[in-house]
Formats: sequence, structure tokens, C-alpha cells
Amino acid sequence: MSKIGKAFENGKAFIAFITCGDPDLPTTAACVRAAVAGGADLIELGIPFSDPTAEGPVIQGANLRALQGGITTDKIFGFVRELRRDVTVPMVFMTYANVVFSYGAERFIATCKEIGIDGLILPDLPFEEKDEFQPLCTRYGVDLISLIAPTSANRIAMIAKEAEGFIYLVSSLGVTGTRSEITTDLGAIVRVVRENTKVPCAIGFGISTPEQARQMAGIADGAIVGSAIVKLVEQYGREAPAHVGAYVKSMKDALR
Amino acid sequence: MTNPKGRFGIHGGQYIPETLMNAVIELEEAYEHYKTDPDFNRELTELLNEYAGRPSRLYFARKMTEDLGGAKIYLKREDLNHTGAHKINNVLGQALLAKKMGKTRLIAETGAGQHGVATATAAALMGMECVVFMGEEDTRRQALNVYRMRLLGAQVVPVTTGTATLKDAVSEAMREWTSRISDTHYCLGSVMGPHPFPTIVRDFQSVISKEIKEQMLEKEGRLPDAVIACVGGGSNAIGSFYHFIGDKSVRLIGCEAAGRGIDTFETAATVNTGRLGIFHGMKSYFCQDEYGQIAPVYSISAGLDYPGVGPEHAWLHDIGRAEYVPVTDDEAVNAFEYMARTEGIIPAIESAHAVAYAMQLAPTLGKDKSIVITVSGRGDKDCAAIARYRGEDIHE
Repeated sequence: MSKIGKAFENGKAFIAFITCGDPDLPTTAACVRAAVAGGADLIELGIPFSDPTAEGPVIQGANLRALQGGITTDKIFGFVRELRRDVTVPMVFMTYANVVFSYGAERFIATCKEIGIDGLILPDLPFEEKDEFQPLCTRYGVDLISLIAPTSANRIAMIAKEAEGFIYLVSSLGVTGTRSEITTDLGAIVRVVRENTKVPCAIGFGISTPEQARQMAGIADGAIVGSAIVKLVEQYGREAPAHVGAYVKSMKDALR
Repeated sequence: MTNPKGRFGIHGGQYIPETLMNAVIELEEAYEHYKTDPDFNRELTELLNEYAGRPSRLYFARKMTEDLGGAKIYLKREDLNHTGAHKINNVLGQALLAKKMGKTRLIAETGAGQHGVATATAAALMGMECVVFMGEEDTRRQALNVYRMRLLGAQVVPVTTGTATLKDAVSEAMREWTSRISDTHYCLGSVMGPHPFPTIVRDFQSVISKEIKEQMLEKEGRLPDAVIACVGGGSNAIGSFYHFIGDKSVRLIGCEAAGRGIDTFETAATVNTGRLGIFHGMKSYFCQDEYGQIAPVYSISAGLDYPGVGPEHAWLHDIGRAEYVPVTDDEAVNAFEYMARTEGIIPAIESAHAVAYAMQLAPTLGKDKSIVITVSGRGDKDCAAIARYRGEDIHE
């Protein structure tokens, strides 16, 4: 089992997404440490992209602020190396295919391994295109995370069979962002996933409240929260880490 | 397991969120079914002929030919189509296909507004709902087209993210499609995006080169020596090239928007200045920085102001079958004015990029040669912007 499996050994997993470099890397580092202290089982680090087509306004804004602040892939690699001195929970990168491709896929993925990144989430790399990076991910032992959507239907089994690390189940149609209500029949999707793989399954997109997290954890193995955390960073800036820590604690408590 | 479909050499593919995968698969299946369906083709041909006004004229530009003193110049008059540009060819095809698929709502991106106007037009004709995404910057540059779309019953959504131009309109249309798929068809306006769009749009636009070929054989008894078209995403260019790809004697020349020059950052000449990347669903050439961040491109032409190029063009470039040349704002504006004065035809500023290169090429060729310029659209929409470029402020 990959190191990501560890995130699911502590009851239902809470997965926290944070955009690197918003508003600056020291704040991101403090937010990561606060989230871990608050009980986050896995950290998803967003590498900003100029045109994040799967993101709603909140994470789009974070990407823009980080890029305007001069963030680059190399700076983020250095930052993770630093973070890994004391942060031991599994960590994955969330970014877009072009960020990996243009850096040189092998150079990017080999560096992930070297600095202690356990997986990659690329929302614009569906099953049909995963050969773009899968052989390199396998060679370097970095899990390429598969996404399953409310519209996946007949594709769920095919995707689940080849999944590694964890499965990112997208809760709703549309882009990232908080939602008051999630109406997809996620239980039915998770049943098909379970029939086809032992890889754990976490639900993301639209989750912001402890009640929603608890509800999602009742269906799957964990909950992923991005926009609600990024919103705190937007609101509190350099003062955000304490707020992020308290928020993560409230969410993880709801999952216990 | 790589899906080999939808590749042009190494380019193309389907780099899109999982949420959209079944939608593009459904689209591909529907297209494969209807493209050989006699009823579908009869209906489409009737729309193209009776509604859009096809076939478009191939006009011998006698005065330009005499003035430039070289090859004979023919103009493929896509500007004479209903709605004033080549965009209607693709839109009528896609709207009819969407209707057959049971979709009731069309969404589209637009740069200059020509594709948005065409989509709004088809939606009105076929009784469908229509939402058009347009960069806020472009809604200012092309205010007249915004009004036309609204007049046709479409909702125009100004996009404020990123550079607020065409690429951001595409991103926003893709986001909208992921949130509402069951009743909505994304009517993509160029030969770009994920498979099957580059193939579908190319097929619907290839009527241009089919007609050029027939018309040249009728007028000259031989094929042209060169076909010249402007390239943003590349739909009018691929439409103009497609039936000549196998005819090696015909030079295929795509004119990219160089903006203030390919040695500046204010350019949109993707093949000349970009490098290989993955964006908006496809692998192709993109203007980007060393970390793969998409560059904020620039051109006077809102329709060519896009940081990528369609995957089939990237492939035609790779194999050396087509040439892609940069044309600056200045050269395009000069050509815009030149063609107005010389032939009494005001081309779209996009098309003026092709005219500009033809003005350089024609004098270098013998009088026994002939070239075809695709005039992809008409220039009424650009008059205010060109006046501003010349330091004159006019009110529309």
C-alpha cells in the first residue's frame, strides 16, 4: 500500500486543500502545520495555474494572488522540502496537466518523489489520457489520483479498477466551491467503487460545514475541503493559520 | 491505456475533467452517426444554401492583382455569409447536431463576437436557449456584436477573470458546461478543445476548401498555387486548407497575429513563439512561460487574441505541410485600409492579417500563378477600433 493509505488509518480521513503561495509561502507553511495540528490526515497542496478550468471563483482568486506574488513550481518544491522536515502526514500536489508537462514530466515527478510528495491530482487528466504521466508516476512511486464524477456512470468500474492512492469522488456537477446542498446519489457511486477496488474513496467539491463532512464520511472514507479553507486564507491573510487550524479541528471532530 | 482517437500526430487528445468525459463521448457517437445520415446532411445543406447563402463567391480581385503586379488574387468571400463570417458554417452544423441529440440550450465562447453572433442566430432559428461567454475586454472592443447577440435573444455573460479575453471566455464556457450538461451543448467556435471538437469543426468548415477547389477549377482550370488564411484557433484556415492537404503543389499559409511583433511580449503568434503544452482540452502549441503558465497574449484583433492553436494546425506545422507566418497589427491595419480602397471590400481585421501577407507574397510570384485569400469575415465591426488605432474617436 502507498503512503497515502496511512491517511485513512485514523478513522474517516479529513483532507485539507491549500493553495501554495497565497498570500505567501510562510503563511502557507503555517496553515499546513495548523491543519495537521487540527487533525488533517492528508494535505493537498495546490500549485497555482493561470487558467484553472475546474475551479470556482474562490480558488481561482487564490491562484491569481499567488501567481501575482511571484510563486513558481521551483519555489514550491523548495518549500515542500522545508515542510517535510517536520510534517509527516501524506501530501499530494493538486495542479493542472500543463504545469507538470511544461516542467518536463520526468523532472517534475522525480522531484515529487525526492521531496516527499506522495501523489498527484490533475483534474484535466481523465482516464483516457493518464498514460501521459502514469508510467513515470509508477516508476517513481508517486500515486496518480483518479477522479470520479456524478456523470461517470458506466466509467466508474473502469476507473476504480486502476485507481491508486485514493479515489477523489467529485460530489456535484460544476466547479469547486462551497454548496448549501449536495444532491448526487453518492452512495450508489461508492457501491460500484467498492465492488471494484480496495483503494479508499474521499468526497470533495462543495463541502464546507461539519454537518456536510459527517454526512459525506457516512458514505465514503473521507471528506476533502478546499474552497472553505482558501476562503479563510483570503479573509484573514497572514493571520489565517490560527483560523485554519480551528476550522480543521471542527471538521475532523465531526468525522470522529 | 491511451485512446488514439482525436490525435493529429502528437497533438489533440481529451484533457478535460472527468465530469465532461461522457458528454464528449456522447457527442462523438452522435456525430459519427449523423455525419453520414442522408437526412441530416440534406437539412444541413439546405440551411447552408438557403439560410447562410452558400456557396460563397470566389471573386477575382482584378484591381489588387494589377496593383500588386504578380500572382492573380482571388478572394473567398466568407464575409458574404449570413451573420458576416465563416463562423455560421460550423454553428449551423453543431446546432443541428445538438438539436438531434435532444439538447435545448447552446453555450458558446466568443472573441470578436462573430462566433457568438452566429450561435445566437442559430439558437434563434432553431428555438434554442443561448448563453454566450465573452471577455469583458472584448465586450468593450466589440460593443456592436454584444448588442446583436442580445437582439437575437442570447444572454451575454462578460467574463472578468484572467485577461478578460477569448481564452478566459473558453475557460468560463467549459466551467459552465461542467455544471449543466444534460440539456446543454457547448458549441465550440474553433478547431480546438478536446476531441471530437477539432474534427467536428474542421469537417463543418471544410466546405470552404471544397468550394474553392471547384470554383478554381471552373475559373482557372487548375488549382491555386497558394491558399492564405488567418489563424487564431484556426477554423477558417483549416476549412480553407482541408481539401488541399493532399495537393502538394498548393502552398497552405496561415497568418498568425503578431500584435506588436514576435520579438515583443505583446503578440498572439502561437506557432511562431509558443511551445508544446496541454490546455483547454488539447495538446498543441501555446504561448506560455517556463513554468507552463499561459501567457497574456495580445493582438488588435479580438478574434485572433488566443494563446493556443488547433491541434491539426500544430501537426501541419510539424510535418511541414503548412506554413505559419506572423503579421503585425500595423501590417493588418494597412491591409484593412488597402483592401477597402482598392476593391471596395472591408475585411474583418482578422482576415486583414491574411490580406497583409498576400500583399507581400503576390508581387514575388509570376503572373501565371494564382493565390486565394480567405476573407473570413466582414469588417464593419472593426471600424471603430481601426479609427481609434489611427487616432480618431468615432461613436457607433
